Amino acid sequence: MSSQTMTAEARQEQNGRDVILQVSDLKKHFPISAGIVFQRQVGAVRAVDGVSFDVYRGETLGLVGESGCGKSTTGRTILQLYRPTEGSVKFEGQELSTMAGNDLRQMRRRMQIIFQDPFASLNPRMTVGSIVSEPLQIHKIYNDKKERQQYVEQLMERVGLNPYFINRYPHEFSGGQRQRIGIARALALEPSFIVADEPISALDVSIQAQVVNLMEELQDELNLTYLFIAHDLSMVRHICDRVAVMYLGKIVELGPVDEVYNNPQHPYTQALLSAVPVPDPVVEEDRQRIIIAGDLPNPANPPAGCNFNTRCPVAFDLCYHEPDPPLIEVRPQHFVSCHRVT
Amino acid sequence: MSALLDVKDLVVRFYTQEGTVYAVNGVSFEIEEGETLGIVGESGSGKSVSSLALMGLIPSPPGKVESGTVIFEGRDLLTLKPDQMRLIRGKEIAMIFQDPMTSLNPVLTIGTQITESLKLHEGMNTSQSRKRAADLLDMVGIPDAYRRLDDYPHQFSGGMRQRVMIAMGLSCNPKLLIADEPTTALDVTIQAQIIELVKQLKDEFNMAMIWITHDLGVVAGIADRIQVMYGGRIMESGSSHEVFGDSRHPYTVGLLGSLPRLDSSGEEKLTQIEGSPPDMRNEPKGCPFAPRCDVRETLQLERCWDERPLLETVPGNGGDGAHIMSCWADIREGVAENV
Ligand SMILES: Nc1ncnc2c1ncn2[C@@H]1O[C@H](COP(=O)(O)OP(=O)(O)OP(=O)(O)O)[C@@H](O)[C@H]1O
Ligand SMILES: Nc1ncnc2c1ncn2[C@@H]1O[C@H](COP(=O)(O)OP(=O)(O)OP(=O)(O)O)[C@@H](O)[C@H]1O
Ligand code: SF4
Ligand code: SF4
Ligand SMILES: [Mg+2]
Ligand SMILES: [Mg+2]
Repeated sequence: MSSQTMTAEARQEQNGRDVILQVSDLKKHFPISAGIVFQRQVGAVRAVDGVSFDVYRGETLGLVGESGCGKSTTGRTILQLYRPTEGSVKFEGQELSTMAGNDLRQMRRRMQIIFQDPFASLNPRMTVGSIVSEPLQIHKIYNDKKERQQYVEQLMERVGLNPYFINRYPHEFSGGQRQRIGIARALALEPSFIVADEPISALDVSIQAQVVNLMEELQDELNLTYLFIAHDLSMVRHICDRVAVMYLGKIVELGPVDEVYNNPQHPYTQALLSAVPVPDPVVEEDRQRIIIAGDLPNPANPPAGCNFNTRCPVAFDLCYHEPDPPLIEVRPQHFVSCHRVT
Repeated sequence: MSALLDVKDLVVRFYTQEGTVYAVNGVSFEIEEGETLGIVGESGSGKSVSSLALMGLIPSPPGKVESGTVIFEGRDLLTLKPDQMRLIRGKEIAMIFQDPMTSLNPVLTIGTQITESLKLHEGMNTSQSRKRAADLLDMVGIPDAYRRLDDYPHQFSGGMRQRVMIAMGLSCNPKLLIADEPTTALDVTIQAQIIELVKQLKDEFNMAMIWITHDLGVVAGIADRIQVMYGGRIMESGSSHEVFGDSRHPYTVGLLGSLPRLDSSGEEKLTQIEGSPPDMRNEPKGCPFAPRCDVRETLQLERCWDERPLLETVPGNGGDGAHIMSCWADIREGVAENV
């Protein structure tokens, strides 16, 4: 059965799990305009072009795919940092895409984001203390200064920063420490859902494990739900329960990590996984790579038919003439969108 | 047989307003003809500076090559005059960088940039060099190569620019190619394309290669030998089978332990290396890894703070002695307590 044809209620009932977030046929198109005096729209970047998935409470869902495939835009549109062009985002049962003003602000307390670049995402002129407590001030929580400071110190301690450094500035910290500051800030309002957009990509290898272990500990302790955006497929297997593979604004495969990694069905997922190097020369010697030619097509002008047909090693007639293949459940909880997989 | 490249005791420092940066602190290694050496290490460990130094490309000031020799085919490159060095660069030793935009000139066509070096080093005329340039682009998989000679760098995608850089690097059949994180900025699918291409070309041209990266997976697939750097020094070096399969240095072991693997489900917690990378403005008296080393802590090795371990054959290595490391401890099972 196609997940797109299932009603939200049916999806929720089918698994009997607590669905915290439901994304249905979400689209985000960025207009391209031309003209110097009279700006007119001449096209659109179809950054996110109809994605549907659920996120279960307490899980980590990975979102992977090549640069420019629409991962960050998906994350931001879910959080309503970008308003959707079309489609629906339901968080804990409430529709966000039509929500505004104070209602949306209240919802935002429960949904936070951690960014890739700990250097760019922290205000260099603010102390760690004020960075972490800013969300508390915006939402007018802990109005007592002393209590607020105590809470911030607790948060710092929790993410492995010495509270003694509360009055220091971001440039006095290393990359890994700065990412901890970002995490402390995201946790300040006690969210239940966090979009982590490449939270470790900018960090040294030896620091990545520190941050990932911290994120896992916090998840267990606080029952957090993560949408983990990444391009490191080995790390995704480690940290995620399920994974969604995106290509050119669409999800092409979705399922439990072990299922998808051991038994990838979509030709793009197969190529992607085969391209990841393994730090073991013995394994590497015998590995068969599926090399796909060329680059990601321009999302302003996606190919007719299946999005992947310009690079797919097994494309056939149908792939060029038929509309995009629907996302079909090929095994329990494992969804694939490809004419070859039925 | 002597090595193609023999680097001895290379020391490079930068004299900056914030103090002296001890970037490379006595690095020695050799490369045989046709061999691939992988240099791995975290940001700031001295990988790029060591390779820039042997190409004579350290910006000075603030940088200075304090000492060392770099013997390439019998000549010490560090003593050559700039114009002698220019003849070697591009012709005998070529380099590809992480970001092709920094090394491609944005206002010149790709064709002009490739033919320039063919004219300088190979004495070709315009039509000969254009023909050869198109062949090279074709070889690295740029479709419609002859027509694309007249395009500018920005008209190519990131992966294609990296392929153009490789074509330029290979244009004069160098004996040694230094690739500094050539695929780090690229997607894995494009990275796989480039790695396949380089492997194939390397065999074709019997070229030696230095591949610099922080991605241990990438070098596991292409390097014959691996050199692990930390704090401007070599921590461990050996064949890739030795360094990955029989790691002896606590830092190498820590790095491999902190990496999740694509081919196993991630049930266990990652082992993490505590602390952060060293501040290169201090020259530690002892082992540079001491502040973060769990082996030192477990074994209570006080000398790690005061005495710097030499790069020596690993204990118990009955082979050719090519597996070396700099560490006071022997971490093999059962022998740790007898150190
Ligand atoms: N604000 C914007 N205005 C116009 N186009 C945008 C905007 N943000 C993203 N895009 C375009 O939308 C597409 C998807 O971008 P997005 O940042 O979501 O990709 P991504 O998968 O996160 O990539 P990366 O791995 O490089 O972070 C790209 O073509 C991008 O250029
Ligand atoms: N021009 C310069 N001026 C001052 N310091 C420099 C300069 N170039 C490099 N350094 C310093 O030398 C040390 C070694 O740098 P190097 O570029 O070799 O590191 P790397 O191992 O290549 O790291 P990365 O993985 O980030 O490329 C670093 O501490 C760096 O800050
Ligand atoms: S639908 Fe066709 S082109 Fe698309 S992935 Fe499947 S086989 Fe390839
Ligand atoms: S010399 Fe000492 S501190 Fe350095 S790696 Fe070995 S055990 Fe650790
Ligand atoms: Mg992104
Ligand atoms: Mg470097």
